[in-house]
Amino acid sequence: MHMPPLDPGILARRAEIVSALRAIVPGEGVIADDVGMKPYECDALSAYRQMPLVVVLPETVEQVSRILRYCQDHGVKVVPRGAGTSLSGGSMPVGDAILLGMSKFNRILEIDLPNRCARVQPGVTNLGISAAVEDDGFYYAPDPSSQIACSIGGNVAENSGGVHCLKYGLTTNNLLGIEMVLMNGEVVRLGGKHLDSEGYDLMGVMTGSEGLLGVVTEVTVRLLRKPATARAVLLGFPTEAGAADCVASVIAAGIIPGGMEMMDRDAVQCAEAYVGAGYPLDAEALLIVELDGPPVEVDHLIERVVAIARDKGASTVRVSTSEQERLLFWAGRKAAFPAVGQISPDYMCLDGSVPRRRLTEVLARMRELSRQHRLRVVNVFHAGDGNLHPLILFDANDADELRRAEEFGADILRLCVEVGGVLTGEHGVGIEKRDLMGVQFTQIDLDQQMRLKCAFDPDHLLNPGKVFPQLRRCAELGRLVVHHGKVPFPDIPRF
Amino acid sequence: MATVLRPRDAEELRRTVEWALNDGVPLAIEGRGSKRNYGPPSRSDHVVSLAAIEGVVEYQPEELVIAVKAGTPLREIEALLAQRRQMLAFEPPDLGAILGGAKGEGSLAGALMCNLAGPRRIAAGAARDHFLGFQGVNGRAERFKAGGRMVKNVTGYDLSKLMAGSLGTLAALDEVTVKIVPAPERVHTLLLVGLDDEAAIAALCAAMGSPHEVSGAAHLPATLAGRSGIDLVAQQGGAVTAIRVEGVAPSVEARLKALRAQFAPTAPAMEELHTMRSRQFWEEVRDATLVGDPASLLWRISCPPTEGPAVVAAIRQRRLDTEVQYDWSGGLIWLSLAPGDPATDDAAHVAVRGALMECGGHATLVRAPEAVRARVPVFQPRPPALAALSRRVKESFDPKGIFGTR
Repeated sequence: MHMPPLDPGILARRAEIVSALRAIVPGEGVIADDVGMKPYECDALSAYRQMPLVVVLPETVEQVSRILRYCQDHGVKVVPRGAGTSLSGGSMPVGDAILLGMSKFNRILEIDLPNRCARVQPGVTNLGISAAVEDDGFYYAPDPSSQIACSIGGNVAENSGGVHCLKYGLTTNNLLGIEMVLMNGEVVRLGGKHLDSEGYDLMGVMTGSEGLLGVVTEVTVRLLRKPATARAVLLGFPTEAGAADCVASVIAAGIIPGGMEMMDRDAVQCAEAYVGAGYPLDAEALLIVELDGPPVEVDHLIERVVAIARDKGASTVRVSTSEQERLLFWAGRKAAFPAVGQISPDYMCLDGSVPRRRLTEVLARMRELSRQHRLRVVNVFHAGDGNLHPLILFDANDADELRRAEEFGADILRLCVEVGGVLTGEHGVGIEKRDLMGVQFTQIDLDQQMRLKCAFDPDHLLNPGKVFPQLRRCAELGRLVVHHGKVPFPDIPRF
Repeated sequence: MATVLRPRDAEELRRTVEWALNDGVPLAIEGRGSKRNYGPPSRSDHVVSLAAIEGVVEYQPEELVIAVKAGTPLREIEALLAQRRQMLAFEPPDLGAILGGAKGEGSLAGALMCNLAGPRRIAAGAARDHFLGFQGVNGRAERFKAGGRMVKNVTGYDLSKLMAGSLGTLAALDEVTVKIVPAPERVHTLLLVGLDDEAAIAALCAAMGSPHEVSGAAHLPATLAGRSGIDLVAQQGGAVTAIRVEGVAPSVEARLKALRAQFAPTAPAMEELHTMRSRQFWEEVRDATLVGDPASLLWRISCPPTEGPAVVAAIRQRRLDTEVQYDWSGGLIWLSLAPGDPATDDAAHVAVRGALMECGGHATLVRAPEAVRARVPVFQPRPPALAALSRRVKESFDPKGIFGTR
């Protein structure tokens, strides 16, 4: 993985930078020794590792503001980090950048049930929010699979999804407000307990900006009342086309399930061997469809889903009859990644989205690529919204396999874009898909995005080396040559 | 009178912007012009209308997305979706009537650029939440795109969010893609009759916090309810508090029954509207057609839902000549004020915005004579750091300011 060259001037000033940070964050909040910094050398994309210049763990908004202001004034780069669970290298350290960890911002500040919201610090875990309001019957909807560990600040940075986002949306659809610190140290508040923004929707653009625009110091989230009940149906199909057809037909029938997951034959075999969820081993494709809501509605819709599935040739149909059974249906799906880890030394998890109607074709072409690259691929995905998670099996100790896995992954993502999909549905671009951005976007598209970054971070100090294949300097991006009067008045209909 | 330019395709739109950029001519971008009187008066002599850039680009019902050219009339899109029992979840308001124009004239891009959402906002999100991608021309006369046609997509910055609500000041869009949802089979509304503002908002917040998936929560004081086109609402002779539930028939019935039981102890009386009349009622709420007379100044205020009655009470301490409609369970207030002399109109914005100081929120002067809109800040003024950041964001799309500011 190519990263921008380290700045020797910064490396030479390391001691000075460390002492400046110690003046802002006293005590153990600045970690400068190798042993202490080791846990921060990677995020969940652990194939890539790099020690940061220094780690700083501020505790107050004022400290964050002073750190960023110092870094802006002294040209020091900053990599923000939540819980470090990014799958795309979003919080991977950079050798000449300080790592700004937000883990000490771990308090829930306010729970306001009449207004259905909670105000929390960014280091609170995703599941921690739901846990705090569970007894009152509420929860926070987005549920990325890392929800036990990932922080809400990181969720904002990555616009995290989960298995329920077809019905409940991504992070961006469940936020009411944020407080953030800009690179120049200014603190701005966007939104609040009220709805919709005044002026430009800067909270919308901050969400999913992968730590390149600002550092979030407070988040106001929407809380939802927990659905009265949830039931799942397990559907096995003799063909992938049958399963894909079933997914399209459920949605065409006007049903939006809480979750609709698909697994291919290999994923079913792995998961079943690992947890014994009772999956049908003769199925070429498995669907888990979960309906949630009032009991009478769930019962009604389950019947309709079952009828559609039978019509599409389902060979196995099992409806959960207890909460225990529902969780068992999910156990295999949720353990799919570690299950795959049992049969291969390493795996690479991808994250493209494709239009649902191209699903069967994409799976077939992925198998063809699998033969070409001589590596196995196992497929698990959020079928409801076309978000694929192909797992490429390889051995990272074999340099050639690692290289082939990277090439295979890139080919799959190119395929996603070719059929009208996108590079990443929920994991983010980070460093992982950075060099493929040109497949989905033109240089003009990317330049416009980089200009927006310039509005927040004119010296490109925040999270460098991420998202954009090549960062162009703001002065260069801002240049505009105007040909006064050179273009004739356009021949456009006038009224 | 401004000259209206009507490019017929994306390239003509780009050339129009290129001409304006080179000659330093400011442009005002509009969809089909239905909300021309929304916002401060335009200072531009040249209006670019997107009305001729219309048509459906791609509609695959089972993908739950539709891509259309920017100027496509909203009513055509809604009719097309209705044929396949689908809809736009954000329930875009039609402000034609209250802005002194006709109904049904707006475009989808116009609705998105104003980020206006109707009663279902509280359950399904705003226009921005359903805006997935676009193509358009920036202020450098470059055609660019962002987002895509996928519901789930985090590739690159979410520029669609930034476009929503930007009122055409960042780019001139030629194509937009939005998320769609299945239309509910049944739409029923429970009416609680005779509650005062405070009791009504408390009831609505309780309904929103119930597990009954309420998709509309509005309160009409007696005067407004009396103007409703629906007899059952108009004839109650008191305030009407409305709670909407939508979905499949057995579910709607069960939830309505549960809500009736929940509010039986507190509501003096209850009624129900079924699907047809429910649709008509929520359209009245959505378009704010019952609030004030056509000559009145009309404010649209967003605040924390529980604070709604206190915000109105604070404004009434200074101005008594108001009518209000509460939507979004108290979080959206439509408030009319009788027109006065210039000093009174100017003071009104101090009263309205002052009421939001403590609880947070924002207020927009949606309807007022042009002279008033030229003088009074129509949109909520922003604190300095935020205003400066917004200016830099604007310049990153439109360095020469040819798309104006609002």
